[in-house]
Amino acid sequence: MKKVIMGNHALSYGAMLSRSQVIAAYPITPQTQVVELLSEMCADGTLEAKFIKVESEHSAMAACLGASLAGARAFTATSAQGLALMHEMLHWASGGRMPVVLGNINRAMAPGWSIWSDQNDSLSERDTGWIQFYCSSNQEVLDSVIQAFKVSEKLMIPSMIILDAFSLSHTYEVVEIPEQEKVDGYLPPFKPPFRLTTEEPHAFGGLTSPDHYMELRYKLQKDMEKVPALVDETGREYEKIFGRRLSQVDDYRCDDAELILVTSGTAGYTARVAVDELREKGIKAGNLRIRLFRPFPFEKVRQIVSSAPKVAVLDRNISYGHHGIFYQEVKSALYGQTAKPTVFGFIAGLGGRDITKDHFKEIVEYALSKDKAEEEIVWIGVKK
Amino acid sequence: MTKEKKMVITIPREELMSPGHLACQGCGASLAMRLALKALGQKTAVCIPACCWAVIDGPFPYSSLDIPIYHCAFETAASSASGVKAGLEMVGETETTVLAWAGDGGTFDIGIQALSAAAERNEDIIYACYDNEAYMNTGIQRSSATPLGAWTTTTPVKHYKKERKKDIIGIMAAHEIPYIATASVAYPEDLVRKFKKAREIKGTRFIHIYAPCPVGWKSQPEDSIKLAKLAVQTGYFPLFEIEDGENWTLNFKVKERKPISEYLKLQGRFRHLKEEEIAIIQKEVDTKWEKTLKKCGL
Ligand SMILES: Cc1ncc(C[n+]2csc(CCOP(=O)(O)OP(=O)(O)O)c2C)c(N)n1
Ligand SMILES: [Mg+2]
Repeated sequence: MKKVIMGNHALSYGAMLSRSQVIAAYPITPQTQVVELLSEMCADGTLEAKFIKVESEHSAMAACLGASLAGARAFTATSAQGLALMHEMLHWASGGRMPVVLGNINRAMAPGWSIWSDQNDSLSERDTGWIQFYCSSNQEVLDSVIQAFKVSEKLMIPSMIILDAFSLSHTYEVVEIPEQEKVDGYLPPFKPPFRLTTEEPHAFGGLTSPDHYMELRYKLQKDMEKVPALVDETGREYEKIFGRRLSQVDDYRCDDAELILVTSGTAGYTARVAVDELREKGIKAGNLRIRLFRPFPFEKVRQIVSSAPKVAVLDRNISYGHHGIFYQEVKSALYGQTAKPTVFGFIAGLGGRDITKDHFKEIVEYALSKDKAEEEIVWIGVKK
Repeated sequence: MTKEKKMVITIPREELMSPGHLACQGCGASLAMRLALKALGQKTAVCIPACCWAVIDGPFPYSSLDIPIYHCAFETAASSASGVKAGLEMVGETETTVLAWAGDGGTFDIGIQALSAAAERNEDIIYACYDNEAYMNTGIQRSSATPLGAWTTTTPVKHYKKERKKDIIGIMAAHEIPYIATASVAYPEDLVRKFKKAREIKGTRFIHIYAPCPVGWKSQPEDSIKLAKLAVQTGYFPLFEIEDGENWTLNFKVKERKPISEYLKLQGRFRHLKEEEIAIIQKEVDTKWEKTLKKCGL
């Protein structure tokens, strides 16, 4: 069935079709519609789940973790300040191997108060041991929730589904809503290897001496390393059933490109409009949209960008004192490789400032006219 | 022939807590858990936030409890337990009693937001707070449960605690949850009865357990039970129950309350107190006791 829905509702439908059993959430703009629809679904019986109306995001994640440990599939959604307040529990989720799925609407961090998009909220949680998917359409949001539960539960690592504030969260698009039976065929019920039950009592997360702790973290990393292949495998399986491929990255006209624009989130689609227009003028541009950010898809990124002489990375985020975060990651993926394209780093769109196709044209012009960047960070559209 | 008197043992023999745990000598908190689990039985899952009990249970991969334990974050006992209850119900385990087991710091201070929210939602959990009147796990810092006059590392002798203990019972009663009780490790039958009773009630149940800590109170380990008894006999920690937030029942009607000085003098944390300061504390205890009697209709 096709429906015109907002990005936030794509998250709700994803959570519903995944048969989430416990939802605990706390409202924050621009996430509210996600949980409003879910609470309606719980109330009218469309979704057979318990909705815990907690008093903070910290408690939202804590309640999800309790539910997950008990063996129930748990979902929540938040944004910016809410995600930051969850920070402690994010480590808890991955360290405790509780495969919760969380929808995060990218919103700029305060102060000053902003409800508009940038990626510093989710990227600040880069090292918490969560799988991160950055989406660029409402369809992808819905599909990603379902795939994320599958990947997460297989490896017992939580996942974050990330979408831009407003340009996706509040934008209405046509979305194919898969049939429940088909989703059930793809995503089996959650059956964790260990859970909190009186039938087989275990203590979870107790005091762990240096004799054991490191091995637990080693195993988490080893399982993280399995994610990229599993994303492709479950993505192909998804395609077989639903006709849409889900992969680590999404490349567009990259094969013969002189310059590849690396993007994430909705900026990817804007980049493609620019790519098409530039191609018409004879400029061979391409776009690589990174969907899976953690674990970082090193192999895929290398494969695709190595063939181009130049790469321009657009970051809607910044690690103060360093650079845009995707830029750092792309550069580190290329270090020590024989084919080494020149990498340019651009920062744009902080706090919800628009990123337009003209910005991408400006970026391409800059990168093609220079052997290397004049500044480590090239700011786009900043009033200096 | 003299009539034979039979003593009825009301405390179940079943042990769900094994020896080999990591509690200090004379620890009230460990005894409290042992007794509580005797009442609640094996079909109990417990959420333990950061507190001494996070350590007492035993280091990974060991556990001294024969029930499932979720070691949760400090401020999340009530929200974690809410989640566990919801999760268990969704997977069809509706019979399990979910217990949140937190210290006074995890209850009166950092966890009060989650506790208040869970109580307002009337979550089907038992929340037990073992109160040793300070943050003991981190080395005896004051909490809002530390009583007036006490020394802790953050309320040193020269600046001993000048504030009253927070009235957690009043706060919980205001939530009008179905069951609230105070209990003490020195009155095991009463404690066990209260946990058994709580187990049969639906909704949020709150049990406040008085739990001496010899290390933090600078008392003798062998005095823990004596201190817990004195707390009741002086009227400092009365034993009572509240049903639906309004029906108060006093369980131990102390006819002649002992002076609070008897209780204070066994603990190094009160050693610095002068007579006039003890008099102030006595007055505080008297006032609180009168209020409790009144609420119990006595
Ligand atoms: C968010 C957070 N802040 C601080 C701590 C450190 N911490 C662990 S236990 C504890 C005190 C616990 O006190 P209480 O709840 O009274 O339990 P007790 O140790 O006395 O048994 C503190 C401050 C923590 N674990 N988490
Ligand atoms: Mg304490």
